[in-house]
Amino acid sequence: MAETLLDKIWRAHTVRTLPSGQTQLFFGLHLIHEVTSPQAFQMLREAGLRVRFPERTFATIDHIVPTASQARPFGDVLAEEMTVHLVRNCKEFGIPLFDLDSGRQGIVHVIGPELGLTQPGMTIACGDSHTSTHGALGALAFGIGTSQVRDILATQCLALDKPKLRQISIEGTLHRGVYAKDVILAIIHRLGVKGGVGYAYEYAGSAIEAMSMEERLTICNMSIEGGARVGYVNPDATTCAYLKGRSFTPQGDAFDRAVTWWMSMATDPGAAFDDVVRMDAGDIEPMVTWGINPGQSVGVGERIPDPVAAPEPDRAAWSEALTFMSLQPGRPIVGTPINVAFIGSCTNARLSDLRAAAEVARGRKVAKGIRALVVPGSQAVAGAAEAEGLHEIFQEAGFEWRKAGCSLCLGMNEDKLTGREVCASSSNRNFKGRQGSPTGRTLLMSPAMVAAAAIAGKVTDVRKLLG
Amino acid sequence: MSQDNVRRRIVGRGIALPGNDINTDRIMPARYLKSVTFEGLEAHLFEDDRRQAADHPFNQTYYRGASILVVGQNFGSGSSREHAPEGLRRWGIRGIVGESFAEIFFGNCVAIGLPCLTLNAADGGWLMEAVARYPEQEILLDVENRLVRFVGRTFPGMIPDGARHQLLTGTWNATGVLLEAGDAIELVAKRLPYVTGY
Ligand code: SF4
Repeated sequence: MAETLLDKIWRAHTVRTLPSGQTQLFFGLHLIHEVTSPQAFQMLREAGLRVRFPERTFATIDHIVPTASQARPFGDVLAEEMTVHLVRNCKEFGIPLFDLDSGRQGIVHVIGPELGLTQPGMTIACGDSHTSTHGALGALAFGIGTSQVRDILATQCLALDKPKLRQISIEGTLHRGVYAKDVILAIIHRLGVKGGVGYAYEYAGSAIEAMSMEERLTICNMSIEGGARVGYVNPDATTCAYLKGRSFTPQGDAFDRAVTWWMSMATDPGAAFDDVVRMDAGDIEPMVTWGINPGQSVGVGERIPDPVAAPEPDRAAWSEALTFMSLQPGRPIVGTPINVAFIGSCTNARLSDLRAAAEVARGRKVAKGIRALVVPGSQAVAGAAEAEGLHEIFQEAGFEWRKAGCSLCLGMNEDKLTGREVCASSSNRNFKGRQGSPTGRTLLMSPAMVAAAAIAGKVTDVRKLLG
Repeated sequence: MSQDNVRRRIVGRGIALPGNDINTDRIMPARYLKSVTFEGLEAHLFEDDRRQAADHPFNQTYYRGASILVVGQNFGSGSSREHAPEGLRRWGIRGIVGESFAEIFFGNCVAIGLPCLTLNAADGGWLMEAVARYPEQEILLDVENRLVRFVGRTFPGMIPDGARHQLLTGTWNATGVLLEAGDAIELVAKRLPYVTGY
């Protein structure tokens, strides 16, 4: 019978059916960082347990890292303490750590694929909701909480219910100036921020097949913003070519055998889904959020919606969002003034993202009074970008070129909004307070759109700058 | 497992928190995740929302001592931070009832022994208003019989079988149950091509 990738991976990793009816699922890769792991290690110690498969967990440090300078000790004593704990825990339990001096540090969802740790057919878990990112390589990747981090450390397993599966098929060709970020924002706009609860998303169709691995990573990253804990793209030639030669990828004959297995894990033709949604790539415009969740967005050519026109259950939420954002319904989103521009995060801080933003920034200047940051997703991305001179393009345009970390994606490090600042951001969450100021405001968009906004000082259609 | 861990029925006064899509960044702002323990999180629950709205339910003295949180749709969306349910638990919340929950948040609640039951929209809307009107009355959250009762009215409360079983048997700390699989874990690992080097 035709099976989906979800079926195949689930079956291959099932240890047993638990008395609760849930599946005990084995996890092939566990990634940890400094925020959600210290309490889990403590629970492990209190229970007198060891790490069952220390060679299957990898650590890095990302959320609290300062991006102006990564020199230790950090000025922020709490950040320093968390780092000390991570280093100590990894040492005590024998877990490899991609530390700041390794050249391999970065945002956990950037380094997993980049190092070749993330591979097709795997089950992956990390104490972070954007773990869905890794599904881009044809893995099943689950964001988990700290108690589940403990479960994985102790048993390499989780107790889970198998999700339902929705295929989201995007056919056709994207217009110039429309990026993977716009596609996923359009998907979330269409299906809603809770539309994916209980589902895994399989992204398919000619537009997804034509995407590079980095574009697919952007798509899968934001699955959770649509409520889907897991999102994936079936492994194909693009996936295998991306993995070839990476640090943790098998070499030689083993690589060829791996490719055979990886490809065998893809969804079979004719497999059944619980739901199928189709969208046309040609209909998608550059997207901008106007509200306080990632589903509250419009195409850049559109106007800020009026809550009066909202479906009845959403009316109050739209009003609340517009009040918080101080945006006028009926006004075009283009022209909305910004104070800060942020290019970074696990959604959009890979080399191709920086190239797309640099294409816009090249030979132009950031508007007066705008604070503009480019924060590469990893030390490797930073190195590759510097090797081709992207940092100089950004610096000449007036962007700050920073060190790798989560930065302004969330308020856990020195990069924060202040007061009511409005930030054009390539990150994934426009939640109230997300960027470190309780009243700060976020407009999500693609990295190229952020660069365009930085230059204009306001939301701008990037297509006008691309020529 | 000890009887202390069994979550059959929870009874307590309610606290009504209206609104949909209340995410974990709002439940527990990120700056309070800068710690290696969960201690003291209860002091920062909804901190930014509370500062911006004097009428926030968690600012009201009449809700002090409440132990059942009533919420709308998609509660706990966003970040996987267990600091959010831990903060609620440490504040005194012992059960949550709402129209729907984000998936990672729901799992995190179960993993710390905090039952979440869902109601349909009509019942959820009624309960939200009724709890705000009668904050001194107790809610019954019955995990075993999948019911929610308030001021004489009873509603069906939904909870998936797996989570219900974990709560009723006191096995919501899954580590023990998962360890019982023993060598079967290694056997599965040895069947996986990527574990054996392809
Ligand atoms: S970049 Fe943002 S969303 Fe991604 S892991 Fe870091 S904090 Fe989370």
